[in-house]
Amino acid sequence: MSSLAVPQAEPVAGSTPGTDRDRPPLRRRIALVPTVTLLLGALYCLLPVAWVVIAATKSGRELFSTFTFLPGTGFADNVRDLNAYRDGVYWQWMGNSALYAGLGALLSACVSAVSGYALAVYRFRGRETLFNVLLAGVLMPPVILAVPQYLLLAQADLTDSYLSVLLPQILSPYGVYLARIYAAAAVPADVVEAGRMDGAGEWRIFTRVALPMMVPGLVTVFLFQFVAIWNNFLLPYIMLSDDEKFPITLGLFTLLEQGANSPALYTLVITGAFLAVLPLVALFLVVQRFWSLDLLSGAVKS
Amino acid sequence: MPYTTRRRLVTSAVALALGTTALAACGTESGDGETASGPVSLTYWTWTPGMDKVVDLWNKGPGKKDRITVTVKKQASGDTLVTKILTAHKAGKAPDLVQAEYQALPTLVSNDALADISETVAGAKDRFADGVWQQTTLGTDAVYAVPQDIGPMMFYYREDLFEKYGLSVPTTWDEFAETARELKKAAPGKDLTTFSANDSGLFAGLAQQAGARWWTTSGDRWKVAINDAATRKVAKFWGGLVEEGAIDNQPMYTPSWNKALNTGKQIAWVSAVWAPGTLTTAAPDTRGKWAMAPLPQWSAGENRTGSWGGSSTAVTTDSEHREAAAKFATWLNTDRAALSALAKESGIYPAATNAQTSGAFLKPPAYFSNQADFYSKAAGIAGTTAPSAWGPNVNVAYTSFKDAFGAAAKNKSDFGAALDTMQADTVADMKKQGFEVAE
Repeated sequence: MSSLAVPQAEPVAGSTPGTDRDRPPLRRRIALVPTVTLLLGALYCLLPVAWVVIAATKSGRELFSTFTFLPGTGFADNVRDLNAYRDGVYWQWMGNSALYAGLGALLSACVSAVSGYALAVYRFRGRETLFNVLLAGVLMPPVILAVPQYLLLAQADLTDSYLSVLLPQILSPYGVYLARIYAAAAVPADVVEAGRMDGAGEWRIFTRVALPMMVPGLVTVFLFQFVAIWNNFLLPYIMLSDDEKFPITLGLFTLLEQGANSPALYTLVITGAFLAVLPLVALFLVVQRFWSLDLLSGAVKS
Repeated sequence: MPYTTRRRLVTSAVALALGTTALAACGTESGDGETASGPVSLTYWTWTPGMDKVVDLWNKGPGKKDRITVTVKKQASGDTLVTKILTAHKAGKAPDLVQAEYQALPTLVSNDALADISETVAGAKDRFADGVWQQTTLGTDAVYAVPQDIGPMMFYYREDLFEKYGLSVPTTWDEFAETARELKKAAPGKDLTTFSANDSGLFAGLAQQAGARWWTTSGDRWKVAINDAATRKVAKFWGGLVEEGAIDNQPMYTPSWNKALNTGKQIAWVSAVWAPGTLTTAAPDTRGKWAMAPLPQWSAGENRTGSWGGSSTAVTTDSEHREAAAKFATWLNTDRAALSALAKESGIYPAATNAQTSGAFLKPPAYFSNQADFYSKAAGIAGTTAPSAWGPNVNVAYTSFKDAFGAAAKNKSDFGAALDTMQADTVADMKKQGFEVAE
């Protein structure tokens, strides 16, 4: 789901989505090179997805013997088998993933909002140092931290619990970074000042004035973090040993690695992977409208 | 990732288990004493499917009597689990019982993760073949695990196609090479089999059959002999076949490999006792057309095989109830009811010799319904398993094998050079980890 990184054309400076109609209509001109590049990029991203979708419809017998992109006949059976596997533990994994990703992303967005706002609006000693440390955190891949985090949580006796997967993912350096940048751009100092003049407390200014302005940025943080947690493998792998608490990534891995004398359950894994993508697709479709609203809008227009 | 973590975890391990005296000492002092009093609850990391049902038998039967309850936590198999066990062990949180492949035992022992359970399980020794039991002692007086399943190697072939092309089942490797060439003559589009470098266990098993002992100890030093004469013979044999084009050089376990088996493009497979399960998914259309025979031998009249796969049940040093855990491990792998449940629920091939001919193994696997004596033949072959000699960094040797032999098979180049690379990589890694290695 890294299709977010598809290169996009720079918006024309000063333009705001939705204001095009005030301008004389541009000549329709399709730039060939960017279009082809984008199409290739889309193909590159969508082909594996298409493979998963089609492979999920194949029965075990068809999986390796029929043409790759020829749909099979076993989808219903695959879903039934997946459903029956160890009394439906798959849905438990799905529920766990939803919990880890949903709650984790929500908490992460809250933490990012508060810290990003504070870093953007207040001047205090050590602010830049703090921000630089955060930036260093952005550069650090979370994979490196999984083992130290495990050892740390083991001392607090928190391993193999829901908290052990949730806690480390609540603070997202990238989320805080994004929230700060966004708050700096979207919450003008004048507005905060005006709130103070009107006698509102700092908390009130934050929740009533600044937060609504930051929503599109926070939705981005939420989405990024949701996808990151949903797809995370290593952290839950190290933290959890009870497979009733596994998220979907780990659960599917256990289906694949069953030991030498039992064959990997390919059809179940592929069907499971396909079903696991659906919530992400649905989430993107639903949240998109909050997201693309207008990243450039603000309260004060000049 | 397993690479980096292993490195970090393992650097803390000093010289291994030659110094088992030290480990054995700490095993007896901190273990038990209070097991008889009060109920005991144990956790067990295993990847065996259906293990929860087998453990239920314990919890409702002997476990209830002894007040020892075992909880299964299902894991994914493979090297990653070893990493996970070592990480947990570092935090003192490893489960009481773990499932471990034989070749992983030295790694776990050298990190002081496995307890010596010889006192509790000594009585079980004669239930297993010597070559199998020896893998759990690492050649010391200690016992670090109870064998669970084994993978004696065998030769699988398409009975119908062998007949069609007038081939006879090879009993020596020379005949095997001849058979491959004859098939090429009779049907140029087909291959007897393939040399695949993507599962190192196969090559290790073949070398084991030839008499190789890759890791041995003398005094407090390790001796690594991956490029010894026996292994060199095996590498040269397969390298020669690949080079002359008598067999295929494409890896196993790929969709095209499945297809080659399913359509009869490849008509034989050197594998182990668990092959029926793999063939069921890989080649569903050829059910009932395969037969199993003993592995070809290096000299006529010999009777040896290697092993590919197999695992054991071990007790960790983090367990506070080692005696209870060892008791369960013994029950699981020697009790009649437990073993027949393991065969039925999990489809494992038991290490315990008398279980190999028990009720669950009277009928052949469904895929081999044409070979009624499949399991009695298998039990006979299992008895001829050559001893194996694993070391503390099998994973490094295996990775090096995949890289070096993978490239050599693809380019049809010198397998001997690839073997030397594997030896050099393994020795270098052991030195880096702080093991004393004799040159």
